[in-house]
Amino acid sequence: MSEPRQRFWAPAVILVVLVVLWESLVTAFNIQQFLLPKPSAIAGNLVRVAALDPSISGEGEDISLENRFFTVLPAELSPETQASLEEARWLAFNLGGRRFFVLPGSNLTPILAASWFTLKEALGGMAMGTVAGIAVAVATTRWTATREALLPFAIAANSMPIIAFAPIMNNWFGIDNPFSKMAIVTIMIFFPIMINTVRGLVSVDARSLELMRSYAASDSEILIKLRIPNALPSLFSGLKVAGALAMIGAIVGEYFGGPRIALGVFITQEAALFRFASAWAAILVACLLGIAIYLVILLAERLALPWHPTFRA
Amino acid sequence: MPGPVVILENVDKIFGEGASDQVHALKEIDLRIEQNEFISLIGPSGCGKSTLLRVVGDLVQPTSGVAAINGKSARQARLDQDYGIVFQAATLYDWRTVAKNVQLPLELMQFSRSEKESRTQAMLELVELSDFAGHYPWQLSGGMQQRVAIARALSFEPSILLMDEPFGALDEMTRERLNLELLNIWRKTDTTVLFVTHSITEAVFLSTRVIVMSARPGRITADIAIDLPQPRNAETRSNVRFFELETTVREALRVSEAGEAPERKPA
Ligand SMILES: Nc1ncnc2c1ncn2[C@@H]1O[C@H](COP(=O)(O)OP(=O)(O)OP(=O)(O)O)[C@@H](O)[C@H]1O
Ligand SMILES: [Mg+2]
Repeated sequence: MSEPRQRFWAPAVILVVLVVLWESLVTAFNIQQFLLPKPSAIAGNLVRVAALDPSISGEGEDISLENRFFTVLPAELSPETQASLEEARWLAFNLGGRRFFVLPGSNLTPILAASWFTLKEALGGMAMGTVAGIAVAVATTRWTATREALLPFAIAANSMPIIAFAPIMNNWFGIDNPFSKMAIVTIMIFFPIMINTVRGLVSVDARSLELMRSYAASDSEILIKLRIPNALPSLFSGLKVAGALAMIGAIVGEYFGGPRIALGVFITQEAALFRFASAWAAILVACLLGIAIYLVILLAERLALPWHPTFRA
Repeated sequence: MPGPVVILENVDKIFGEGASDQVHALKEIDLRIEQNEFISLIGPSGCGKSTLLRVVGDLVQPTSGVAAINGKSARQARLDQDYGIVFQAATLYDWRTVAKNVQLPLELMQFSRSEKESRTQAMLELVELSDFAGHYPWQLSGGMQQRVAIARALSFEPSILLMDEPFGALDEMTRERLNLELLNIWRKTDTTVLFVTHSITEAVFLSTRVIVMSARPGRITADIAIDLPQPRNAETRSNVRFFELETTVREALRVSEAGEAPERKPA
């Protein structure tokens, strides 16, 4: 296994190379922005940098409506522009005789608001789906008869394209009600959680079970002291799958209709208005949120399973 | 005067009965074990020693015959928590530290908190693993894991100890020390021990009786009383009688293995 440092740097370098390549190819071949916007145009929706260059003269224009990632302005700014820069900036610093301002991008506020709304749907659905999946898994293990009766349905249901229910959920709960998207997410992640948990609860080493039997342990004691700890690693594999599905479920659910504030609605509207850079920026944030959910699950796994082979030093 | 602790009458165990690959693991086993006996089972690999142990412990149902333990059915004895078992493999729970693994039976048997802690500490001292109380099983060697399993079985002073090659993975020095410790515990309590081993020396040194088994089908071919004086100690090993008994057991094993060949042929 490679050093953690190396594991971080290798993908980081590849990412930078890809972004630079993307930017230069789109520029070189003059590709239309509705086909593929430049990475800098996408980034400009989220964050911008303005540089005040003393060697340029003339009136500084107001940049508040532009979504360029990098703007060069004359050092002598009109008082209004100066004031708006100072007010909006996150960061200001001097470098090589120029003054740099780091500002929020032109679409940052609506994208963040939409992301927060959709993230809440995803997390709400994930919580409900996880609780339901674990509850059903434990019940089916506790009462074997239930498992034999239910498992065929679960497996059949697992191969259904659940996202196809999105319009129906929108109809049941109302398009603007976040619960309609939570319901989709719940159904989507219920099966991976349940099936992984059942697998972990059932695949108990025969000798470990005999040990419990030799102590005359009750079924509930076996469940709590053997089956549930034994199921935790596969529950976490299920959670990692579910984490990825949750954002997908919420956003795709919103493609079928939702309040204007939702991320899926934001993306469809921006695309419909040919504001592709801003649509791409929203997708980028959705990706980052998906990664963040995954990392949180990874961290929780590490804390919950300090004994697990994966974390053996 | 209580009756025998273990009575096996005409016990047969056939795995996969009726199938073409059925295994006649135990045949016509008759065995009586009195309270406070120390019985060793010895025999070639695959002759059914573990299976016999598991029939006594109610982990395997005999195909026919009766198993009575402490005057009740094997099942009732299990429900009464009469057994302490050490399996051939350590069988520790990965998610429990060494101390927590030793505590598992104590938790299930509702020992008080202070009792749990003092017993765990005493048992870990006994197997010399006090420094590893907070370690997880994967951080231990195979022999250390086996010692944890022994500590776990002894912790609640079961009335019957079933031990399946408990010292097989240990070095000679540790093995001899734990032999003496086991005898100590056995002497101090009313425990009856049923002990599987491949070592003739160990069987003779520890036991009051050595049971020799033959393979396919597994049968008892000899039952040798070990009349060495108690308590056993380092001097026991230099006793002339010790060597005579070793020879007797070795001879019985040879006869049982020689007698195995014709048994294998289908009738
Ligand atoms: N659960 C089982 N299902 C089918 N066959 C089994 C099972 N357990 C044991 N056997 C068979 O029964 C026979 C006796 O096995 P057992 O484990 O009792 O042998 P053993 O004397 O303990 O051997 P060893 O000294 O190698 O541990 C073997 O032939 C084995 O294949
Ligand atoms: Mg065995």
